[in-house]
Amino acid sequence: MRYLLSKLVYSAVLLLGVLFLVFLLLHITGDPVSLMVSRHATPAEIEALREELGFNRPLLVQFGDFLTSAFQGDFGNSFRYRQPAMDLVLQRIPATIELASVALLMAIMMGVTIGILGGSNPNTFLDSLARGIGLLGQTIPTFWLGLILIIIFSLHLGWFPSFGRETFNFFGLALPNKSIILPAFALSLFTTGQLARFTRSAVMEVMNEDYVTTARSKGLKKKRIYSKYILKNSAIPLISIIGVQFSYLLSGSIYIETIFSWPGLGNLLAEAVSTRDFFLVQATAFFTSLVVIGLQFLTDLIYALVDPRIRYR
Amino acid sequence: MKDKDKDKLNNELTGLLVDEKEDRSIRARLWYLWRLLWRDKAGLIGLLVFLTIIFCAISATILAPHDPLKQDLYASRQPPAWTEEGSSEHILGTDNLGRDIFSRIIYGSRVSIMVGFLGVSMAFTLGIMIGLIAGFKGGRTDNVIMTLTNMVLALPYLVFVVFIAAVLGRSLLNVVLIFGLTDIPIFVRVTRGEVLRLREEGYIEAAISIGQKTPAIIFKHIMPNLLGPLVTLATFEMSAMIFYEAGLGFLGLSVPPTVPSWGNMLAEGRQYLTVYPWMSIYPGLAIVITGFSMNLFGDWLRDALDPRLRRMKK
Repeated sequence: MRYLLSKLVYSAVLLLGVLFLVFLLLHITGDPVSLMVSRHATPAEIEALREELGFNRPLLVQFGDFLTSAFQGDFGNSFRYRQPAMDLVLQRIPATIELASVALLMAIMMGVTIGILGGSNPNTFLDSLARGIGLLGQTIPTFWLGLILIIIFSLHLGWFPSFGRETFNFFGLALPNKSIILPAFALSLFTTGQLARFTRSAVMEVMNEDYVTTARSKGLKKKRIYSKYILKNSAIPLISIIGVQFSYLLSGSIYIETIFSWPGLGNLLAEAVSTRDFFLVQATAFFTSLVVIGLQFLTDLIYALVDPRIRYR
Repeated sequence: MKDKDKDKLNNELTGLLVDEKEDRSIRARLWYLWRLLWRDKAGLIGLLVFLTIIFCAISATILAPHDPLKQDLYASRQPPAWTEEGSSEHILGTDNLGRDIFSRIIYGSRVSIMVGFLGVSMAFTLGIMIGLIAGFKGGRTDNVIMTLTNMVLALPYLVFVVFIAAVLGRSLLNVVLIFGLTDIPIFVRVTRGEVLRLREEGYIEAAISIGQKTPAIIFKHIMPNLLGPLVTLATFEMSAMIFYEAGLGFLGLSVPPTVPSWGNMLAEGRQYLTVYPWMSIYPGLAIVITGFSMNLFGDWLRDALDPRLRRMKK
């Protein structure tokens, strides 16, 4: 209990830090208004905007104000959409969660399978394959992979649409059809590589443990040794990796959603950055951090549930 | 593996280990490292490819067949040389403005290598200093530094880098500063961890007990042992930085659009993806090759500089 409480306090402090950072970043150049106006704005217009947004007040007052409205979920209005920035973010979040979840699922299926195969057959072709995929996942940039997939599978083969989110009706739910496959795959490759690498070494480590040797010498069937001893024990460290990876997928979506025009958070952020819509950037950055920090807390929670050594510390 | 081969390998390994024990001069160590590298062909290839890329970056003016900025609208949108409409004049084709893609890739390596090298040097230097302070001072200083470090590491990195880049605007200096500063926490964490581990070692305790001053201990005993893990980390971080720089360029947030860089080329190529795919294929390939070679070399380096791993490695 004390463990969880300390983690909860830590998460809260972290969030406060994020708020401070987000506020600081916008004021880093001294004058946020100069970032927001177009190049042709007259000094009078700039002054008017500064007055309107309250940027002419002392910094500390502004931060206090920012904090109070942030706690109410108010991050200012987007210039471009003329809507509260947080509302826009919340509208876009389902599409991103959907994309990241499918990508994570793909990565787990491919990465863990490859990792188990490689780890349980060291120094074979399968092992080299697992290491190779681990390396490729790390070295192929997501944004390039997306482009290449479009060239191959959309332009040449015509199997998948090259952009957009198309849906079909599933008992009243608008679920994405095959249009999600290319972006999710491109997004998942890095995680696939990481999981393959990680699972491989975890399995190799567990295979050398004494209890596996004991199980083997007792004459247990190979299948049973795997299901009961090896896989179960390799899975514990995987939990923390998967938590971290989901955060990666969320931020990585900025490239993939831009390439595939996927109507999610990453797309919104890229758009907001290019149109200098800084309140929207602020809201996106804060919300992404919130999700990432929440996931971390969740990972710690699951860890405590699975591993009794942590629970009783 | 046959028993015979195993014996041979064992002999080789013990041979290497005995060498290390007998001769500890720098030349002998380098020679030893070189032999380890020669045995691991993947690491060797990685190093050679990476050196080639650095060479390209340094001598871009000589190597590039064309001016990377010269526009030639008559020769624009040419596909690579091996396709039907390609010409041998432009090996990898030309872009929408008739600029030679191959030359632009060569010049683009300058931006990547520069950002990677300067960014890592900055993070490396500052990270070691802060990490040493945290590891040696301990107590409240350590607590504050590590809480801040862990906080920064817990944030969604890419989102914040994009945010900062958007606020600061496009320039090479800004990009180097962004990566140089945001990468410090990783170096701090590793340095501190190593310092805490090393402080438990017998020879450090001995040095403390005979009254050696802290700076002397740091430079004589800690630094040499820190170098291995930190150099390995630097290799991986540099490869990651080259990635992130290209990613920022792809989003239009890195060096100004007039500068040829791999990320900028990808951003331009993306607009013509359906009609002139070669504009985005080859700059990306350059990124992949760079990352791949650095990771191969880094993997080798990690194993080679860590004696505990060396014995385990098959």
